[in-house]
Amino acid sequence: MELGLMQRRLEDYTKSLFMEGLLDAQFLQLQQLQDESNPGFVGEVVSLFFDDSEKLLNELTSAMDQQIVDFRKVDSYVHQFKGSSSSIGAQRIKNVCILFRNYIEEQNIEACLRCLQQVKQEYYHVKSKLETLFRLEQQVLAAGGSIPAIEVTSF
Amino acid sequence: MAVAGAVLRQNLPGNMDLCGKTGKGVPEFHVLAVDDSIVDRKVIEKLLRSLSCKVTVVDSGSRALQFLGLDGENSSVGFDALKVNLIMTDYSMPGMTGYELLKKIKGSSAFREIPVVIMSSERILARINRCLEEGAEEFLSKPVKFSDVERLTRYLLRGEADEVSEFGKRKLPKNCDLEVSSPSSPSSPSSPSPSSSSSSDDSSSSSCSYSRSSSPLPKRCKSV
Repeated sequence: MELGLMQRRLEDYTKSLFMEGLLDAQFLQLQQLQDESNPGFVGEVVSLFFDDSEKLLNELTSAMDQQIVDFRKVDSYVHQFKGSSSSIGAQRIKNVCILFRNYIEEQNIEACLRCLQQVKQEYYHVKSKLETLFRLEQQVLAAGGSIPAIEVTSF
Repeated sequence: MAVAGAVLRQNLPGNMDLCGKTGKGVPEFHVLAVDDSIVDRKVIEKLLRSLSCKVTVVDSGSRALQFLGLDGENSSVGFDALKVNLIMTDYSMPGMTGYELLKKIKGSSAFREIPVVIMSSERILARINRCLEEGAEEFLSKPVKFSDVERLTRYLLRGEADEVSEFGKRKLPKNCDLEVSSPSSPSSPSSPSPSSSSSSDDSSSSSCSYSRSSSPLPKRCKSV
């Protein structure tokens, strides 16, 4: 595929992630921090996020699985997940975490279990999208192109 | 030791990078960042490095105290620790909170002059006030943005008086929204170039920061 087309495809794909509300302005912040001296920065942060998230999700699942649920512990995990997802701009995960914490406060186990399901879904969804994004970026770079800067002024 | 801190904070010529690096061998500003989140540590480190600061990142309050030599185990202060110009710490951390760390730092004769900034994703008014009263310079909302850190380093590290009074007059950014940032309010991309002299106008962002120089918060900004 011609480089210009690849770049266009990458640009469109990136924009779609913002349009769907999967990513917010914080992701742009990370992209702006990436430069020639550290071209893999966003990928590195996101990779740390993936590792961290999988651990958190395992802990969360286990905590929710207990006979007697320790809501303080659950809240702590959700708070952490909310923080890290917010730091990379994973808006939908963050929003589910906010909802999740409300149900934790109410000690509503059923609703919490639903949120756990939802937060996992959102996580795997954004993970898959970001992996595709990085793949498209790699293709552009391999073809000798550069990543176009995204101007997101309206979405 | 307090004198050393004061000497390092003197005003530097205008042609320097925000964090004080010139080609002439003048030391960079050294920021100690404390956060239990590995993702946030990576981001804050990059933010500070992009402003040409020297950064030490640790994952807990106790490690921060260890680094500063305040943990009681080490009677002599580490050489590196003497040159810390700013401490940025997360509030919610297991073990020692950022607030507890702040108290220990302000309670130390060697380090009480070092500005401490608290970062938190939760905007709880009582928490903010407590930190400011205990001597925190500023309370930053997470996720921390480049413009937040750039403004901070400009007036805390360069000691630019006009920046302080500008911030002191401003009580809150115009859009002081609560938790969920809407997709319609992205800040326009600002170039992270170290020599940028643009004043950071946070009116397009949905996060708030609070400083000691601002007056009581207006009613618009509710606690979470």
